[in-house]
Amino acid sequence: MVTTRMGDGAIVQMSEAEIRKDIEDGIEDASRKGKCPPLTESDILHLMDIVCDKRKFVSVERGNELVLTYDSQPLKFTRLGLPIAMPQILQTYERVLMADTLEMAYVHYSAKPVRMILPEEQYAVAETLLGTVPALLYGVMPNMPLYTKPEGPFDNASELLPAGKIDEALAAQMECADALENDLLSLGRAMDTAGADGLDLDTTAAGGDAEFYGCLNAIEKLRAEFPRMNINVGMAGEFILGFHGQVKYKGERLAGMYPADQCRMVAAAGGNICGAVVNTNTNRSFPWNIARALTHCKHAAEVSPIPVHANVGMGVGGVPMQMTPPIDCVSRASTAMAEIGRLDGL
Amino acid sequence: MQLSKNMRLGEAKKYVADKLGVDIQDLSDEVTMREVREDLDIATVFMGYGHASRGIEAKSNIAKLLGIEINCVERFKQKTGMVLPG
Repeated sequence: MVTTRMGDGAIVQMSEAEIRKDIEDGIEDASRKGKCPPLTESDILHLMDIVCDKRKFVSVERGNELVLTYDSQPLKFTRLGLPIAMPQILQTYERVLMADTLEMAYVHYSAKPVRMILPEEQYAVAETLLGTVPALLYGVMPNMPLYTKPEGPFDNASELLPAGKIDEALAAQMECADALENDLLSLGRAMDTAGADGLDLDTTAAGGDAEFYGCLNAIEKLRAEFPRMNINVGMAGEFILGFHGQVKYKGERLAGMYPADQCRMVAAAGGNICGAVVNTNTNRSFPWNIARALTHCKHAAEVSPIPVHANVGMGVGGVPMQMTPPIDCVSRASTAMAEIGRLDGL
Repeated sequence: MQLSKNMRLGEAKKYVADKLGVDIQDLSDEVTMREVREDLDIATVFMGYGHASRGIEAKSNIAKLLGIEINCVERFKQKTGMVLPG
């Protein structure tokens, strides 16, 4: 029997036949919904080796290493109750945790609140850049729902839709998208002035297709204004929710897009790296979840015109939904993404 | 190189390895890369107490080695009069 886990982190014992069945089911789910090719027999055998390996920690063969981008490095320390200033946290990531890249971010990791403190954030970025070496991005979540009442100025589509006010709900979402776009442009200009290497938009389209539209427009304008700006776009999920349903970017409807199409749209707008996300189903096993995530991400990496980094962490990329992600699953998911998915990074 | 030139992983590794004069597998070898980084003066996690470049000094050397523009390095050059604002 093989010791593995469920998507909620609970340990389970499975036979190799049961694992093979779950892997095949996960592949089928991704392939059917994402309209992407299934993993090959060779891929499945390789994944079986990784999942069934008796060692607790599994890693890549020499030469298959990836590079890592991050989301909100300072927040990770704040969350643990460590009262350390943001520049020192990034120095710790560089020199103690050996991070490949750095990401400055405010504890309230959303575009709207950061607008109020741009000068202070510029200060932290400029100070950090003097003493660190890796590329330093400034990260925010677009988090478009913050622009709705009562936190924001616009009507809430999720209240208008049940009331049958369809046109008003669609219009409200586009007003939010415009406001989000303006805040992202302000942020990009401020961070370029501070010297940052670029931006990371994290959990993009969590607010649906209109949020994705606002982000793509902002990326397109930032690319035109700052040709050397590095723009990393991490997505929120494997499927763009159609809260609006009719929004198009460059003639293509955004609602319903899976990772391969999401990456293609990010590239079309001018992004440099796309972060593909596949959410973990807590009721299914780790083998099922990693097989499903891998099938989506491998296809995205194959067809994307820009590098693709798979999101591998709490509740994404096959990893169980846990505040303390188990290293046995994290290391296996990372190894599979590198050696089978041929991702450009994580 | 992925961020600044949209290079895919394999292409980026080869580009950097060629520029540094090492094999691709050396890029993730702690011993080899410490020596290479010291020789090229592009900083290691232990920057020493002496003359080694650190922070933005090292980034300036990296930009020249890799043939890329780094935003903060370009701004540093402008502020210190090393180049005129473009």
